[in-house]
Amino acid sequence: VVPHGFVPTESNAPGNVDANVPLVPSSGGAPFAITEHNQGGFQHTQYPYVTGTSILALKYKYGVMIACDMLGSYGSTKRYKSVERMQTVGKNAVLAASGECSDFKYILTLMDGLTTDDYCLDDGQVLTPQEICSYLTRVIYNRRNKFDPLWNSIIVGGVGEDGDSYLGTVGMIGTSYTDSHIATGFGAHLARPLFRERQYDDMPEDEAKALLDDALRVCYYRDKQSINKFQVANITKDGATISEPYALSTAWHYNAFVNPAAHAVGTW
Amino acid sequence: MFRNQYDTDVVTWSPAGRIHQIEYAMEAVKQGGASVGLRSKDYVVLATLKRAASELSSYQRKLFKVDDNMAIAISGLIADGRQLSRYMRSECINHRFVFETPMNVGRLVCQVADKSQVCTQRSWKRPYGVGMLVGGYDATGAHLYYTCPSGNYFEYKAMAMGARSQAAKTYLERKFETFEDCPLDELVQHALLALKESCTEGDLNSKNCSLAIVGVDRNLEILEDEDIQPYIRKMEADDGNPMETTADAAEPTVEGGADAEGTEGDEGGDATPMET
Repeated sequence: VVPHGFVPTESNAPGNVDANVPLVPSSGGAPFAITEHNQGGFQHTQYPYVTGTSILALKYKYGVMIACDMLGSYGSTKRYKSVERMQTVGKNAVLAASGECSDFKYILTLMDGLTTDDYCLDDGQVLTPQEICSYLTRVIYNRRNKFDPLWNSIIVGGVGEDGDSYLGTVGMIGTSYTDSHIATGFGAHLARPLFRERQYDDMPEDEAKALLDDALRVCYYRDKQSINKFQVANITKDGATISEPYALSTAWHYNAFVNPAAHAVGTW
Repeated sequence: MFRNQYDTDVVTWSPAGRIHQIEYAMEAVKQGGASVGLRSKDYVVLATLKRAASELSSYQRKLFKVDDNMAIAISGLIADGRQLSRYMRSECINHRFVFETPMNVGRLVCQVADKSQVCTQRSWKRPYGVGMLVGGYDATGAHLYYTCPSGNYFEYKAMAMGARSQAAKTYLERKFETFEDCPLDELVQHALLALKESCTEGDLNSKNCSLAIVGVDRNLEILEDEDIQPYIRKMEADDGNPMETTADAAEPTVEGGADAEGTEGDEGGDATPMET
């Protein structure tokens, strides 16, 4: 990590730099930090710093619902507790991401670019959720090929102009698919079994919300990097809304929690 | 058009506020073979009159598929047209690869127009000598556009370009109000009848005509030779002309007084060498 204002010259450049590659323009200034990512054109895999955990999503009768908690973890520390990990894109799509929060912000700027272009062209054509997902798949995959990934698992949900619901996901290595219910992170292990059992495309809204809440609760119980503060996005053909933050009721009074090690030999 | 003192290059204005080189380029389009385009709410039809350099040669292609949802008909310097069609195909395929949907016709036409404009403002370039009728179907419906060497583009309900296109335009002006809800077969007939107005001796046959159809439930299809025969026959039947038989080896429409490039000179007047 390079201190702000540090102007690299050949004399103070860190070790393995190709001396023929100019690090900064001769007019001075530090247009970009010299990090282990791009010195001498050699790049390394990143590490995520502030991360979000699972995202859960499912289709229901009138559209798509996406839910996630609002925690930005800094390693094991539950550092940022009001992180909005979902964002509407255009009128009828919502983008949500787990993984590195700053990479998600960057992806949102790309989306802004696309929606601004559509706005300026003003020709009646708007970006559909499927186009968003395909576009992101290409972006993510190309970053993966450069060994400089955007460290996110992304979910795109929305309702197209023709009224068809769309729910797709893109992984950080560029894997992409669509389904009736999707979950990233821990949710893939904890929530999807619930979805498989109880989700169907025609399900009414209250049933869908109850299913999502049950799945969120399970994730909150079992995922150590989660908090009891959630948002749900609801996308129908009339538009997309993201709810205010809310908490779920939880129960911790079980005997097993009082003395968890009662029957575990050799544990503390 | 008389020669002017201000027409040496495209980067010189005339005192009348015109750039003559661009106008000369548009003249090349006017000298090219006729093409007609029209659209309804759901379909677009392009029809072109092909030329043969001589009795021995084949007819020159002027209709190009750009993508499953888009085709162009060109008039003027066919070689320039091929370059532009290659650019358009490339853009369409890249768009499909990234977004997995067909490209919006109007946006592509705008890109082509911007590309054409660049050639009107560089001292080391010349304008494209080709006008295009772009017909396509996308998420916003059926569209027909016309681009010209100046870098302008317009959307049309029906349009004709090339030699003797005024006759076709007159036909279209009479009929275009019925096109919006017209069924496809009728639309094709209108296209052929309009094109026929631009023919010498009214001689339209399956050898010198090609057709492109695209629409809401149809991927782009280009019809030539045998495939176009039924439409030509129907048009002639409705028109009261004798039916064209399959054994009839129709004369290619080789213009009288043509030089080796096969241009359609107006009664032996200035034959433009630019068509091929």
